[in-house]
This record gives sequence, structure tokens and C-alpha cells, in this order.
Amino acid sequence: MSTAAVPRKSKWTPSQIVLTALGVAVSAVWMTPLLWALFTSLKSETEAVEVPTHWVPQEWTGQAWKALFESGNITNWFVNSVIVSVCVTFIVVLVSALAGYGFARTEFRGKNALLGLVMAGLMVSPAVLGVPLFTTVQSMGMVDTYWGMILPQCAPAAMVYILYKFFQSIPHELEEAAYIDGAGRWRVFFTIVLPLSRPSLSAVGIFTFIASWNNFLWPYMVTNNPDLMTMPNGIATVMNSYGIQWAQLMAGGLMAGLPLIVVFVFFQRQIVSGVAHTGLAGQ
Amino acid sequence: MSAVDTAVAPAAVRTVPAAGTDALRARLTRRLQHGGWFVAPFLTLFALFVLFPIGRGLWLSFTDANISGTGERFVGLDNYREALDSPLLWDSLGHSAYFTLLVVPCIVVLAFLLAMLAHHIERAKWLWRLCFFAPFLLPSTVAGNLWQWLFNPGTGMINHVFGLDTPWLTQKSTALLAVVITTLWWTVGFSFLLFLAALQNIPRHLYEAAELDGAGAWQRMVHITLPMLRNITGLVITLQILASLQVFDQAVVMQDFGPGPEESTRTFVQYTLEEGFTAYRVGYASAISIIFFVLIAAVALGRMWLLRKREEGVR
Repeated sequence: MSTAAVPRKSKWTPSQIVLTALGVAVSAVWMTPLLWALFTSLKSETEAVEVPTHWVPQEWTGQAWKALFESGNITNWFVNSVIVSVCVTFIVVLVSALAGYGFARTEFRGKNALLGLVMAGLMVSPAVLGVPLFTTVQSMGMVDTYWGMILPQCAPAAMVYILYKFFQSIPHELEEAAYIDGAGRWRVFFTIVLPLSRPSLSAVGIFTFIASWNNFLWPYMVTNNPDLMTMPNGIATVMNSYGIQWAQLMAGGLMAGLPLIVVFVFFQRQIVSGVAHTGLAGQ
Repeated sequence: MSAVDTAVAPAAVRTVPAAGTDALRARLTRRLQHGGWFVAPFLTLFALFVLFPIGRGLWLSFTDANISGTGERFVGLDNYREALDSPLLWDSLGHSAYFTLLVVPCIVVLAFLLAMLAHHIERAKWLWRLCFFAPFLLPSTVAGNLWQWLFNPGTGMINHVFGLDTPWLTQKSTALLAVVITTLWWTVGFSFLLFLAALQNIPRHLYEAAELDGAGAWQRMVHITLPMLRNITGLVITLQILASLQVFDQAVVMQDFGPGPEESTRTFVQYTLEEGFTAYRVGYASAISIIFFVLIAAVALGRMWLLRKREEGVR
């Protein structure tokens, strides 16, 4: 591993050849389950459960994919997932940017006590307090509604904390110069602070979107109505309930995972640099 | 969380122009007051969906409330007494703890090795990132179903590839292990990304200087890479412990929402939800939630205490 000091576009040194071969081998192992899901989804249901099993379909068929779109509520679930994740991401980014800035850069009575409360909130998730959270949401009449799925996901103390740390690291001079020119607090926030924070905000947004798109537990608790279910929910609870059809299940799973994989392919540079920027990695 | 951030911020304030400092400072202070409006939207949501449920859970845990939420009776510590006496509580806690004990060390080591690999290969960096991170982008239920299918004794690929005949998901000794393996594959990508970002943050000149001094690859790793990664490793360990104690999704999906062979995969979260939503005992379920909350809080506070002690040690 003597590559640390080697310039970027290097030659094929012996150590690079060994490392690359190792990388190819490990990634192949890592991708195998996904590849197998893809192959299974292209078999017929009877071929999928044949013993002994085999990798490549003997007879390629798009039957499982077709059945998925014809019989299932999959398009419905997909739309629900989009609605819920987009709303959650929008609200979380807005609300936690404001709160992170408020805690990092403004003064008000009781600030430190409130900050302490938010830090304590880092320990709470629907897994920890799911039942009381459910009865709370129930008493607000939000069971089996979009709001019931969305709003409880919109108070992530972790995101506030990440942005709070980031805003603390912005030099004060930038804001002070604007104050001297007569700009108000909100104007400084929207015209100076937010544009500076784009990498951190996009990291927070992307991670919120991933978490929300893949959230299973909370929607599982709060909805029973198949019309309102999100992708992970519908696939796990509805598709499993009428006897597992493996080819179709694998097709559905790939459908549920695909949007995020596409997002990652396009945004991976921002994600990695966002992680570095938010100070998550530099703690 | 780093001591550096907090130490740097006040120093930056002090470099403001000296002329007319007092008047300027007073004006700025005025401008910065009433920042409460910034935090109000978040605090509203936070109060409704975090603080209120905690308080409500605490209250319900002293009652015999059922799911309809009417006519609850105060029963004092009865729920807590029953919970602590219940073998189901200790069994499910044991499964979550055992899971955590297996997953955390494996994930940390695996994520570190994968990150080193992805960091040091010069070509097609995006490809390695994508491969190792992609499973994390699947919903937990999809990962669970996929591995349920892979572990299937007759038609699954695992037994086929390794020439085994193991009924992974239907025997007690391997059911939870199968969940562990699934989790490693599915979640290592997140820690991998944290390590990768931390590796990229290590200044290159440290390595160059070490090389001039004649340090070999192994020495550079032991004396530069590992010490520079100490903080991120601590963070990854804490996050993984907290996440692993809360394991639920994969375990129930792989066992078709049941408790597994001889109830061997029932985790703590599953136990809570069964009591709350299947047995409709909301009061009792709230009591076990509060016990769980205290446990999680203890882990998180323990980590903060360790951090503070270390920072004091550095000074």
C-alpha cells in the first residue's frame, strides 16, 4: 500500500495491479447478491424455485416485471414514496438549517438549555419510543394519513447538530461585514450563510432522502391502508402476504432500490465531499 | 464534537477590526438577539414528536392503557416489575445485545479495510465507492428479502455455492447469524463512506514527510493513518452500537414477521411492538420502551463521558 505519495494518474505499478485485482474480487463478491436478484427476476416463477438452483435463467422472461406492474399497487407505492421522501427532505433541510443557524449564531434566552434538550433527542428514534409516538400521532388523528407518515420524520436532532457544527465553523467576519452594511439577520442568513453551506445542506438532504425512502418501521406502524404504503412497506407486507413469488419479489426489490442507486451514481462526489465538509468525518 | 471547532471560533471573533469596537459590538449583539425565531419551527416539531411522546410514554408506563387510549388506570410500578421479571424481555434484550456484539467489531474492521482499498486504488474510484455503498441504498426490507432468498436451503445460492445443506433460517443456532451476515453486507457501506472521507482528509504532506524519513508502508499506517482515524473510529463504533441495539427490520423480514425458530431472533424492538400493537398493552409496552430508552441513553452518555475524559487527558 505504498501509493499515498504517488501522483494521481499513475502507471500500472505492481502494487497497483495487486490492489486493483483485489478490488475487483471484493466488489464482485459484494455485487453478487444484487446480480442474483436481477437474474432471479428474469426467470419464470417455476424456474426460480427449481432445485438444484442455477445462476443464469435458462429461459429469459420479463414476466415477473410485467406482473409487477399489472397486478400490484407498485406504481401507487412508488408515488407515495416520492411524496413522503420529498416532503420530509424539504422540511428537514429547511427546519434544521434554520435551527442549526439559530443555535450557532444567535442569542436568545434559554438557548443552552434548549440545545441540551436537542442533544438528548439524538438518542430517540421511532425504534426506541415507537409505541408512545404512535399513540401521540393517533390522538392527533393522523393515523393512515400522509401527514402522519411525514411529520414525525421531520424532527431529526442529528441533522440540526451537524449543521450547528458547520455554521459554527463559518468565519464571523463574513456576516459582520454585512451587518455593518445594514443587512438584517434574515437577509444575512439567506444571502450569505445558505449559499456558503451548499455542500453541507446537500449532504444533509441526500442522507435524509435515503433514510426516508428506506424507512420501514415508522410507515409500518402508522399505516394499514395498502393505498398509502411506501415501497419498502408494500413490498414487505403486501407482496409477502399472498405467498412469496420470488421472481416478482426480486423485481419489486430492485425497483425499490433503483432510484437511490441512480441518485448515488450522479451525486457520489457531493456525498463524499459533503460527509467530509459537514465535519462528520473529521470529528 | 471536536475540541478544535470550539477553540477556533472565539479566536475568529477577536480578529474583528479594532476601530469603534464597543459601539459595533453593541450593534451586532442587538442584531443577534431574538434568534428564537430561527429555532422555533424545529422546536415545534421536536416538542410534538420527540418530547411529548417521551413524556406521554413515561405517563403511560405507570398505567394499564390499551391501544384505544381510554379508561387507563394508574398502576404504579407494576409494569416495570412485570417487565423486569419477564424472561421474554431478557431474551429479546439478549438477542439484540448478541447481535450488537457480533456486528459492531465486524463492521468497523470491514469498513476500514474496504475504505483503505478504495482509497489506495488509483483507477475507477467511483466504481469501488458504488459497489461497496450500493447495498446501503436498498430498503431494509429488500435486503432482508434478498438474503432470505439467498439463505433458502433448497433454492438459495449460499448453500449451492458453498456445497452446504444448512437450514439457515429455520434452526436456532444459525437464524440470528444469518441476520448478522445480511446486516454486514447491507450496512457496511455507510461506515465505509465515513472512513473514506476521513482518509481523504488526512494531509498528504504527513505521508511525504514520513517517506523522506524512511518510513515504510506499514510504519506509515501505524504511525499516521491509524492515529488520524482515531476519532472517526470512535464515532463509527458509537453509531453502530446505537443502530445495532435498535435492530428490527431485517430480522422480522427474514422470519416473515415471526419470532424465528425457537423465538431465537426476537429483538428488543420487536418485543416492544408485539406488546404494543399485537397484545394491545400500550402501558406495558411503554414501560419497556422507557427501559430501552434509558439503556440507549446510557450508551450515548458513556460515549460523551469517554470523549470528555480523553480531551481532558490531551490537555
